Amino acid sequence: MSTPAYSELTLNGLWKNNPAIVQLLGLCPLLAVTGNVVNALGLAAATTLVLACSNTAVSVIRNVVSDAVRLPVFVMIIASAVTCTELLMQAFAFDLYQILGIFLPLITTNCVILGRADAFASKHAVAPALYDGLIMGLGFGVVLVMLGAVREMLGTGALFADMQLLFGASAASWKLVLIDDYQPFLLAILPPGAFIFTGLMIAGKNLIDSHIKRRQDALKARPVKGAKRVRVTGTIS
Amino acid sequence: MALMRVSSPHAHGSYSTGMVMRQVLLATLPGVFMLTLFFGFGTLINVAWACLVGIAFESLALFLRGRSLTFYLKDCSALVTCVLLGIALPPYAPWWLIAVGVAAAILMAKQLYGGLGYNPFNPAMVGYVVLLISFPVQMTAWAPPRGLADVPNLWEALQACFLPAQFDGVTMATPLDILRQNQGLLMEDLWAQTPQFGRWAGIGWEWVNLAFLAGGLWLLYRRIFTWHAPVAMLASLTLMSALFYAGGSSSSGGSPLFHLLSGATMFGAFFIVTDPVSSAVSVRGRLVFGALIGVLVYLIRVWGNYPDAVAFAVLIANFAAPFIDHYTQPRVYGHGKSGGTG
Repeated sequence: MSTPAYSELTLNGLWKNNPAIVQLLGLCPLLAVTGNVVNALGLAAATTLVLACSNTAVSVIRNVVSDAVRLPVFVMIIASAVTCTELLMQAFAFDLYQILGIFLPLITTNCVILGRADAFASKHAVAPALYDGLIMGLGFGVVLVMLGAVREMLGTGALFADMQLLFGASAASWKLVLIDDYQPFLLAILPPGAFIFTGLMIAGKNLIDSHIKRRQDALKARPVKGAKRVRVTGTIS
Repeated sequence: MALMRVSSPHAHGSYSTGMVMRQVLLATLPGVFMLTLFFGFGTLINVAWACLVGIAFESLALFLRGRSLTFYLKDCSALVTCVLLGIALPPYAPWWLIAVGVAAAILMAKQLYGGLGYNPFNPAMVGYVVLLISFPVQMTAWAPPRGLADVPNLWEALQACFLPAQFDGVTMATPLDILRQNQGLLMEDLWAQTPQFGRWAGIGWEWVNLAFLAGGLWLLYRRIFTWHAPVAMLASLTLMSALFYAGGSSSSGGSPLFHLLSGATMFGAFFIVTDPVSSAVSVRGRLVFGALIGVLVYLIRVWGNYPDAVAFAVLIANFAAPFIDHYTQPRVYGHGKSGGTG
């Protein structure tokens, strides 16, 4: 299989084939932990790390593993990567590790990771596989963080609260209170809010896509410059 | 939107959507009057403000969807949604609370699904539930009825809505709250010890419910809806409360009459359950649909965590409506039970 260009991989991961809002994979953590920015960022970083590691490892062993046993092997690799990530978070961001709780080990079952391992990494060389893992993780993470930001803003009236969980004590002052005396809009933080705002993000993406398509069609329909109709009647005086 | 189908027998005189909606609006008047009489101008301001915001949101959505403004606004369906939501909200609710509820009802529950006729859930109840789970403090603050406390005058009511920070409201537990939190008092003792209880149910509430019953009966007389869903709901609620009345013991869920005349029972039975869009369609289906709501209302009221249950019960039954329709489809004349000719 020919290796796609890096620019194409980038476009795929971030927009055209975005794991979160196009493939709709990994919805469980997407809906569960995006109540605020710091949780979303923590999970996005962990998922990206796992994706990059598992894609690389799967790509390395792609020629020695037979098709029949490939899935269990992939899952073993992913589980190992997740365990390493978990230990890393325990070491460097213990509070966040406790908040994310079950959703860290559950990265193993995130369909994005097995999907990329099977659909891409097992068929391509190491470098594109690693890049694909990184960019897919980034695409997933961007959606996660945007969703977290919207839900945190609407749900609490503030942004970037508790960033010290991820960036050390100096980040405690990053919290932006957007509206004083805000009445918390609990729906945004509760699971139904996650569904609603994910739906709105997908709708927004579709809107932008259709807008782009319409503009491209309009460009195509424009007559070529210089082409003229032949005049067949009358004379120009 | 009326679906104009011209075919024989060309009978005239059926109602257009707009006429139906206007009669529903008219039928809420006795209930709104009673609410105003017992709880003050709060409900009137809720309704007026909700209608204003609702028309604005509906126009915005219609404009964005490129639909005719006058045609769709004239069917009054947005007004009905807003009036029902305004009635359901606690009086003296702040303006932003009502606006958020109307936005959820009109934009999310109705227009996002494709407008009137396409909404799987009752828009007013979606608006109510969104508010109830988002702002539980404001949504459970009911004003005390006239006779138990001073009812705010018009100026104070306007202040409560538009300058909520300056309004010093009084709230009191509703009879349903009191019954839910009853710990070990016999029904008779509870009745005697709590001032909120009146002749049959709560002071004020019994008359509000009777007024909505009157409005509903008028709609029934005008053949705006059939009797099946409301009667099934009230019957199953009566049956449930009779079964668990337990002779008025301390673990009783309250008498059937209490449940029929408390909270949003009559309002729900005649103005929410009868929504033609989000309810079941066939006759037997409506009976099942109404009965399901009655049972759910009792379950949530007595063993649930929320004070009143009509909104949740209706939304759950809305989920079930297509399923109910599937199993209660009437048999076409000449066809067997399995759908084939037989």
